[in-house]
Amino acid sequence: MTGAEVLLEALKRQGVEVIFGHPGGAIMPVYDALYRRRDLRHVLVRHEQGAGHAATGYARASGRVGVAMATSGPGALNLVTALADAMMDATPVVAITGQVPTGVVGTDAFQEADVTGVTMPITKHNYLVTDVNDLPRVVAEAFHIAATGRPGPVLIDLPKDVQNAEFAGTFPETVDLPGYKPVWKGHPRQIKKALEALRGAERPVLLVGGGAQGAAGPIRRFVEKSGIPAIGTLQGLGVIAADDPRYLGMPGMHGTYAANQAIHEADLILGIGLRFDDRVTGDLSRFAPRLRTLIHVNIDPAEIGKVLEAQIPLVGDAAWVAERLAEGAEPLRIEEWWQRIRAWQKAHPLRIPERAELQSQEVIRAFGEATGGEAVVVTGVGQHQMFAAQFYPVKRPRSFLTSGGLGTMGFGLPAAIGAQVARPDATVVLFDGDGSFQMTLQELATVAKYKLPVKIVILNNGFLGMVRQWQDLFYDDRYSEVYLADSNPDFVRLAEAYGIPAVRVEERAALEAAVERILASPGPVLADFRVVPEEGVFPMIPAGGSAEEMILEPPKEVKR
Amino acid sequence: MKRHLVSVLVQDHPRVLTRITSMFARRGFNIDSLAVGRTHLPGVSRISFVVYGDDRTIEQVEKQLNRLIEVLKVVDHDGPRLERELALVKVRVDGIEERLELKEIAEAFRARIVDVARTALTFEVSGHPAKIDRFIEELAHYGVLETMRTGALGMDRGERVLRLKARKEAV
Ligand SMILES: Cc1ncc(C[n+]2csc(CCOP(=O)(O)OP(=O)(O)O)c2C)c(N)n1
Ligand SMILES: [Mg+2]
Repeated sequence: MTGAEVLLEALKRQGVEVIFGHPGGAIMPVYDALYRRRDLRHVLVRHEQGAGHAATGYARASGRVGVAMATSGPGALNLVTALADAMMDATPVVAITGQVPTGVVGTDAFQEADVTGVTMPITKHNYLVTDVNDLPRVVAEAFHIAATGRPGPVLIDLPKDVQNAEFAGTFPETVDLPGYKPVWKGHPRQIKKALEALRGAERPVLLVGGGAQGAAGPIRRFVEKSGIPAIGTLQGLGVIAADDPRYLGMPGMHGTYAANQAIHEADLILGIGLRFDDRVTGDLSRFAPRLRTLIHVNIDPAEIGKVLEAQIPLVGDAAWVAERLAEGAEPLRIEEWWQRIRAWQKAHPLRIPERAELQSQEVIRAFGEATGGEAVVVTGVGQHQMFAAQFYPVKRPRSFLTSGGLGTMGFGLPAAIGAQVARPDATVVLFDGDGSFQMTLQELATVAKYKLPVKIVILNNGFLGMVRQWQDLFYDDRYSEVYLADSNPDFVRLAEAYGIPAVRVEERAALEAAVERILASPGPVLADFRVVPEEGVFPMIPAGGSAEEMILEPPKEVKR
Repeated sequence: MKRHLVSVLVQDHPRVLTRITSMFARRGFNIDSLAVGRTHLPGVSRISFVVYGDDRTIEQVEKQLNRLIEVLKVVDHDGPRLERELALVKVRVDGIEERLELKEIAEAFRARIVDVARTALTFEVSGHPAKIDRFIEELAHYGVLETMRTGALGMDRGERVLRLKARKEAV
């Protein structure tokens, strides 16, 4: 067995079914071994960043480890953004990169880059394998590290001579990582304390994040039993169904009035699987000023106390802890609190402004209604992303895939590909911006090649809309370098050039029928929705602000 | 801001020191000194470093270190501890009188002369980093030509010991 064959065998033993990748000189032995191996599927992307995001989309939609592969130097460096993205949003990904032969490592050989050095701060861990006999152990460790604790990307850099070397080792039965022992079970004493604090709280709220995506069952039971007001962060959407009466929406910069108000007034926050990102908290010193008890549940002790002091830290797996909380929960007597919350909800619900032109929010709402909130939604980054978070009624966990921590434009299309590969029977809808889409649109070829029935919805406002909005609000309307409409491609003809059917929708009157047709189509479709060019995402808490500074409506007439 | 001396046991893999220092830099932790060496345990190295910070910072330093896969154990020596640093100091010397004066200073600090040349003397001194600071200050007047310090080494006094626990995980 050669190193290349050992790698594939080790991947197979980890249950890998599909690899997203792109070949090149330094990884050719692996691709050669792949050619002879029928039980591992490979999805060929057109840019390695696409492979990274596809592996991420696959992982997020399935809960399993996604695998990306690239050649040395430029290929591996193209993975960098996707690895950083997976790190920020705690996504289990294993990346395999070719490297120049060990004998020339360090000599600036052709297509050499210090990939383990470059990716050190943006991976959970990485390996440079210099001995083929280490390979099975390294692969087993990589998957273990990627999938457990706070999940994250792990990179394995594999020199070409190691890929060709004859293997004389064995495949390990266990992983032995003396320095890595994530705590799975929450401490019973802390759980007891948490339940006690909940009982005594007058104004409790539940906040769930991306770390709770695998804990939706017990968390929903806990919410049901306790009747606690529940809030989901951008990464936590779908943990609690959007139509649950106890659900208040998203917190933070573009969160709902009710969610932000509830946090502002809360005396107890139970946070599960989130890290209190600054887009959630705004100005920390003014975040949740009436808070007396923060119960912070996270599997990564380093996340607890990093930005907010927790009175009841609870290290452990979200599902394990939520199960115990659900068991021990009692109905909360918080009628008065609920009355206040209902009043906030009534006073300032999310609103779609009335305009003559078609708006992104309407398009998203139409897809939400037509799919019953059951689609796997993927987004780019920008206004359309926030609109999707606000207006798509996410019903299920692992079905809102978006780049939160890193905010990576171009995440959408490849992540949608990964999600569709993971869940071939699911309806995958990508809401993308005209700007974001153009950062990775080469993956239309991947969609076409594998006939992935992704529904690509471009909310085409002809602008880098989110940046334009900030220029509008904070830079006195100076629209510096955000105009795209004069040079955007004809997205319909572009898709057709790839053999992907496409439609353009410009009028409200055509919306409903178009959405129906798009969803009914068995294959991929690209839809170019021409939406109002200058729209703002509201409500909005300006960066570094607090809930008191929430801007509910556009501050002035939106020009057109 | 309190001064802390922290010890870390690590697997002595390639780049493990880079992982640690790059994490310090990225998270904005200010490291005053750092020392590394092998231990009596095969495959295990020990790093000790001095960091200034409030309790929150130190807690984060410890947690972020523990997050690294190859870090086996982290201890903030916050009780009675031994703290030692070794330094080599080369000083300009001019004439027999200065030579005698320098010898006296060295004796007071229990420093040893380890190299003698016509216009230079080299001392070896060990002790608490603050003592070494004072020693170098004393020599400043004569003209310090070169210094090299190891960074502080630390250990708890008494019977408290930095131990490892091993555990296997199923694949
Ligand atoms: C790779 C990358 N570059 C730049 C940005 C900064 N940025 C955030 S949103 C945005 C505009 C996105 O435009 P578009 O995709 O058209 O979405 P819209 O806001 O118009 O809905 C930009 C440039 C980013 N998030 N990612
Ligand atoms: Mg746009």
